[in-house]
Amino acid sequence: MSDVSLNAPPETVAVPGGDVAEYLALLKPRVMFLVVFTALVGLVAAPGTVHPVLAIAALICIAVGAGAAGALNMWYDADIDARMARTAQRPVPRGAISADEALSFGTVLAIGSVLCLGLMANWFAAALLALTIAFYVVVYTMWLKRLTPQNIVIGGAAGAVPPMIGWAAATGTVSFESFVLFLIIFLWTPPHFWALALIRVRDYERAGVPMLPVVSGEAETRRQILIYSLILAPVGVLPAFIGLGGTLYAGASVLLGGIFILFAIACYRQRVGAEAERAARNLFAYSVLYLFLLFAVLLVEQGFGLGSSPLSLPWTL
Amino acid sequence: MANDDAERKRRQRMRSLAIAWALVALVVLFFVVTIVRLGPNVAHPLVK
Repeated sequence: MSDVSLNAPPETVAVPGGDVAEYLALLKPRVMFLVVFTALVGLVAAPGTVHPVLAIAALICIAVGAGAAGALNMWYDADIDARMARTAQRPVPRGAISADEALSFGTVLAIGSVLCLGLMANWFAAALLALTIAFYVVVYTMWLKRLTPQNIVIGGAAGAVPPMIGWAAATGTVSFESFVLFLIIFLWTPPHFWALALIRVRDYERAGVPMLPVVSGEAETRRQILIYSLILAPVGVLPAFIGLGGTLYAGASVLLGGIFILFAIACYRQRVGAEAERAARNLFAYSVLYLFLLFAVLLVEQGFGLGSSPLSLPWTL
Repeated sequence: MANDDAERKRRQRMRSLAIAWALVALVVLFFVVTIVRLGPNVAHPLVK
């Protein structure tokens, strides 16, 4: 994004009525990938075995449900998106797809994904998916996002549920282990999004979104990022103590968590100029890598049946 | 204007095709999931 685009209104398309690619963009493919990936880890880590076809079907439903939530978010937030450089080129603010079309598209996919997950996996997992979509759209998008700087802290719960949905799709229930996976993503969300908010603070200010750096200032945001990172790092190691993660996970989570804290400290200490922005950018980029690697190690270990480390507690939870 | 109309029709056609393929994929998915869920029972009808 160039600086010019920061002040320019979104380019409107000559011919309204979106292309297929525009509808795919409504689904927020990158978020979908993260949702599917974390749900896959929940599904694989769950006890017992699931037929690969049923697992794939469940993951497709979860992916479509996540996409539906993204489309409904773009429908409701079109006014905010139009004022932010990062989002101004999304299909609705650009005029490629009307808000009504985005609403219909999102609603049909949301209902369809929940029904299909219920029929193909189980109704408990479907109820969790429905609750997650409703939480993201109603509680986060419609209510908290425009109301409080704690928006992404509470709203982050929606993004943290997918491993539990994957777990529920495999077992028909949730457990403490799946809650730990939820907790990792829940605690990861604030430092991840606040690092982005530090980079895009003027954007959020212009759009009137009360993100933490806009309301409480950048220094307080950097302090909160550090606090959450200090909590996240040890929680990230927790799977190694409950039999979810093996020796490789134990080592990787300690190392990755330590690096996360170092990036958070750098972000906390660098408060002015280009260095400060670079520190926030580094933390943002690393946070994505951190979550991906943490869950990838879990996936590999669970996939090869290595999910037990010397750190595992001698009792079951 | 004629170009805009042609472009609009092209997009409409692509959307229709995408919906058609999505429906076909859904039918196939339901069929395969049904077979998997029936498992070995599919070869052993309840009628004796």
